[in-house]
Amino acid sequence: MSETVTEAHSEQEQSHEHPSDWAYIKIALILAFFTTIEVLTYFESALPIFENNSVTIATLMVLMVVKFYLVATWFMHLKFDNPIFGRMFVAGLVLATGVYVIALSAFEFWA
Amino acid sequence: MATATLEPTDTHGDGHDDHHTSTGISNTKLAMWTFLGSECLLFGGLISTYLLYKTRRGPGPDNTTIPTDIFDIPFTSVSSFVLLMSSLTMVLALSALTRGDNQATRAWLLTTAMLGGIFIGGQVYEFTAFLREGVGFTHNPASSAFYTLTGFHGVHVGLGLVMLMSLFVASKQGKLTPKNTETVEIVGLYWHFVDIVWIFIFTVIYLIPVD
Repeated sequence: MSETVTEAHSEQEQSHEHPSDWAYIKIALILAFFTTIEVLTYFESALPIFENNSVTIATLMVLMVVKFYLVATWFMHLKFDNPIFGRMFVAGLVLATGVYVIALSAFEFWA
Repeated sequence: MATATLEPTDTHGDGHDDHHTSTGISNTKLAMWTFLGSECLLFGGLISTYLLYKTRRGPGPDNTTIPTDIFDIPFTSVSSFVLLMSSLTMVLALSALTRGDNQATRAWLLTTAMLGGIFIGGQVYEFTAFLREGVGFTHNPASSAFYTLTGFHGVHVGLGLVMLMSLFVASKQGKLTPKNTETVEIVGLYWHFVDIVWIFIFTVIYLIPVD
């Protein structure tokens, strides 16, 4: 049993290895690229496709989720840390989303 | 040969503080993640309130201007980009400390604090511009919701700046060593959270067009 405990710790140590600085810089460049696309949606003349509000909103929501995911997994190390940390955070996130979607529905926000 | 460890301690392989934990994972880090989970509820409430009130103009002819009428998107885009890049410098500070490079740690911490300071400065400028337009906190429901949301976020950034400068001073005094990696990591978690909240605010409040 003691070996199992020690092995589990060893796995945890290995899983806690952080990526290189270059990996972080690459993630930041990707985030900067996505932010540029987000800002371009504001300037409809830059990309005529964004004259359509539905396309703009869908693009912005997808980019927002991807940016959120990249920061949480790479910069906040959820990708490399013990999964329990991510579960605590996601629990709060899911609870907040559920509560406020219901609250917004109660106020007929989506109508 | 494996040794018996009936009371596991938090022994991350990268020089974290050794302290007692009954779960095998860091208590302080778990506490920070739990706190950040609860913060989702706080900001969720503020964002929902803004969404409900964003088009609510005042009853009189003098308070009909709402924040969305006077947003300066190019300016806010730059300050959003600055905050996003501060997450990179924060993670580079942690990486430098893990390597034991104290000088680089201090440089990255200071850069992060400076970028955070620029963001706060941008927010003060935006609020001032709004006030010049006559859109104050009590102007109408939309402006109240806007100032409350972005103000709360600004206070969070301000608290993050205090933590960053505390780490910088601790490093200057030689109290920040690779053994304290977890302390920097926890401050980093808070800082990154403030960043991802702004990713959400920037998209939902500033960029999504209002009908």
